[in-house]
Parts: sequence; C-alpha cells; structure tokens
Amino acid sequence: MRMLRAGRWITAIALLLLAAVYVRALAFTPVEQTQGLAQKIFYLHVPAAIWAEMAIILTGLAGIFYLFLKDPRLDRFAAASAEAGTVFAAIVLTTGPIWGKPIWGTWWTWDARLTFTLFLFLLYVGYLLLRGAVADPALRARYSAVLGICGMCLVPFIHFSVYMFPTLHPMPIVMKPSAPSLPGSMLVTWLLSLGVFTLLYVGFIVQRYALGYLDEQLEAAGGEFGHA
Amino acid sequence: MRLPDLIRHAWTVASKDLLVEFRSRTAILSAVVFVVLVMVVFNFGRDPTAVSTIDLAPSILWVTFTFAAILALNRAFQIELENQALDGLLLAPISRSSIYLGKLLANLIFVATVELIGVPLLALFFNVRVLPYLLPLAAIIALATVGFVAVGTLFSAMTVRTRFAELLLPVLLLPFMIPPLSWATLATGRLLAGRPLSEIAGWLNMLGVYDVVFVTLALLLFPATVNE
Repeated sequence: MRMLRAGRWITAIALLLLAAVYVRALAFTPVEQTQGLAQKIFYLHVPAAIWAEMAIILTGLAGIFYLFLKDPRLDRFAAASAEAGTVFAAIVLTTGPIWGKPIWGTWWTWDARLTFTLFLFLLYVGYLLLRGAVADPALRARYSAVLGICGMCLVPFIHFSVYMFPTLHPMPIVMKPSAPSLPGSMLVTWLLSLGVFTLLYVGFIVQRYALGYLDEQLEAAGGEFGHA
Repeated sequence: MRLPDLIRHAWTVASKDLLVEFRSRTAILSAVVFVVLVMVVFNFGRDPTAVSTIDLAPSILWVTFTFAAILALNRAFQIELENQALDGLLLAPISRSSIYLGKLLANLIFVATVELIGVPLLALFFNVRVLPYLLPLAAIIALATVGFVAVGTLFSAMTVRTRFAELLLPVLLLPFMIPPLSWATLATGRLLAGRPLSEIAGWLNMLGVYDVVFVTLALLLFPATVNE
C-alpha cells in the first residue's frame, strides 16, 4: 500500500535527520556552562514534550469533528495521533530521568511537571485500552472521541497547575511570553530538532493511519484483527 | 427543552435510582463498610511515632473518597444493564441531558452520603479537629466531588458496555481525578493545619473552574455515549 510505504519513508528520513541534528548538537553547539553535556538531552526532551501535548490536542479536535461528521477517517487519525502521542510521552519520561540523575541527583521526583507528564502518558494508555475494549467500530469511534475531547480539555488544567506548585523543573526558556533566553546557536539546533520531531510525528501518523485502514478492511472482511 | 423540564426530568431519573438504592441498601452499606475498612488499613500503613495524624489526614480522607467514589460510579450504569433498562430510559420522552443530570445527581447524593459518614470517622479514628473548619471543609469536598463525579458518570456510561468494565473505569478516570484530588488534598491540609482561608482560595478557584468545564463538557458529550 502506497500510504504505508510513504509513512515509512517519512519516518526513516526523520530518523536520519534526527541523527544529523544530534551531530550538530554534540559537535557544533556550545556546551552549557552549569549543566555540561547533560543539557544535550534538551534537544530531544522538549520537542518530544511539545508533540506529546500537541498530539492529545489533535486527538481531541479530531474527536470533536468526528462527533459532528461521523467520518471514519477522523477516528483513524485520532487513534494514530494518540498512539504517536504515547510514544512521545514515553520519550519525555525516559529522557527526563536520564537528565535528572546527574543534575538533580535523582531519577524521579514527585514534582508537578513530572507527575503531570506521567498522567498524560497514563491518559494515552487509557485511551488505547478503551479502544481495545470496544469491539463495535462505530461505538469505539464515539467512545474514543468522547475520551479524546475530555483529555484535550484536561491539558490546560495540567498546564496551569504546574505554575501553582513549587517545582524543581527548569522553567520554559523557549516557549514563553518574552524572547527565548538561550544563545542563538542553541536555539537554531533546538528549532531544527523541533522540525525533525514534527516530521517524525507526521511519519508515525501516516503509517498508523494506513495500518488502521488495513485493519478496518480486514475487520469488514470478517477476519480476525490483530491490532487492538 | 425548557430548563424547568430538564431539571424535573433529571430529578425523576435520580429519584428512581435513589429509590432502587433505598429499597435494597446493599451498595450504600457496602460503600460505608468499605470506607471504614480503608481507614483501618491506613492506620497500619503509618508509623505513629514518625508521622503525625494531622500530616496524613488529608491524604487518608481523599484516597478513601477516591476509592469509594469509583465503587459508586461503577454501579451507576450497571443497574441499567439488567433487563435492558437503559433502552427503556433512552426511549422515554426526555432529553439525553436530563438522563445525564439525573445520573449525576444520584451519584452525587450517593457519594455525599459516604463522605458524610467518612469525615466524622476520620475525626474519630485519627483525632483530627474538623469541627472548627466544618464549613470550608464542606466547600472543598463539595467542589472536588462535583468535578470528579461529573467525569466519572460520563465515563461509566461508556465503560459499562466494554469488556473489563470494573477495571477500565478507574484506569480512565484516575488521570482525570488526580488534578482535583491534588488541589483538594493540598487545600484540606492547609485548612486542617489552621492556615488562613486566603491560602486555599486559589485551590478552590481551580476546583470551581474544573467543575464548570467538566460538567458542561459531560452534558454536551453524554448523548454521544448512548445514541445508537
């Protein structure tokens, strides 16, 4: 199927570009003064975090449109976006502790930001579990739309309450009201990384969307379906 | 549909559920016994020489309420499954919103009854002074309960028709319960420690906003969970 192949190509190119970004980050971007090499993970961590949150918002938006239009393509997109979001949330949750150990001296603390990223991840897992637990495709689409919309509305609460708790986590230095407060070369590397992650998200979505379509065809043909 | 009709129909649905519950009294009795048991278990989970009860009381209170509420919510739509009672309810000439409101109301009264018994028990078992703070404590409990019961009622309408309903509801609901629960726990802690009310106003505001957003959202989304 052409779409699946296209998705694989996009993902492969994005992964290659990610390697290139890291060559730039390690060799051609200055080392941060206080954090040293550990700071390099920032180029992976923050773009993944941005896309983990974007993915739930896109899932929710697709859910809203699904409830009005009842177009199965929207449901397929929502499912794909949620799965990609799960992967990005997992990246955030693995890169965070790797950075935290040398900088904070601990892998994990029950800090507000960490806790809420964990909840975002669990929200995604719940969404995927719900999809697995409903057999009827139309019912599954409606249920997951409802959960996706609720999830999207939960994100602002998570975001706001981060500012209400005392936190160890560094405050945003790029996505904030005033100008980014990091050197130009770091900002360029970071922006390149964000671009690569966007491409990675697109690649994942295209692949998963195509797989979802094939699953539905198989289901309609009366076959056993492998994916939940 | 006019507003008085909406409320009247909602009350009819709620009173039906409460009547069923009042005639058998099994669920409410089990929930109360459950609350007592959870509190007893908590007593063994702490070292009385190291942790004072006042530090632990807010957590005990809210963990107990969380579990009790999940038990109650699981049953809300379970009773409608017998003899296809839900189909009868959906065929009734009332709006979907009033069905949701009725279910929400019945759940709230159920959970409130459990909480009404839980608070004196906490005071008794853990020697916590609640009387001087009764009114603000009631406000915190009411605001938090409305929020998570609203989401829980919506989700239980979905999970009841899936496989592993009893397990799926907490998995879906807990990420949504944690924000209001964490605000409520922090506010309760400050309150019981005798801090001025102005310190908890921020948490109460957040709880209020959460309630408004999720009650509205659930009212809008509920039809999507039951329509065929």
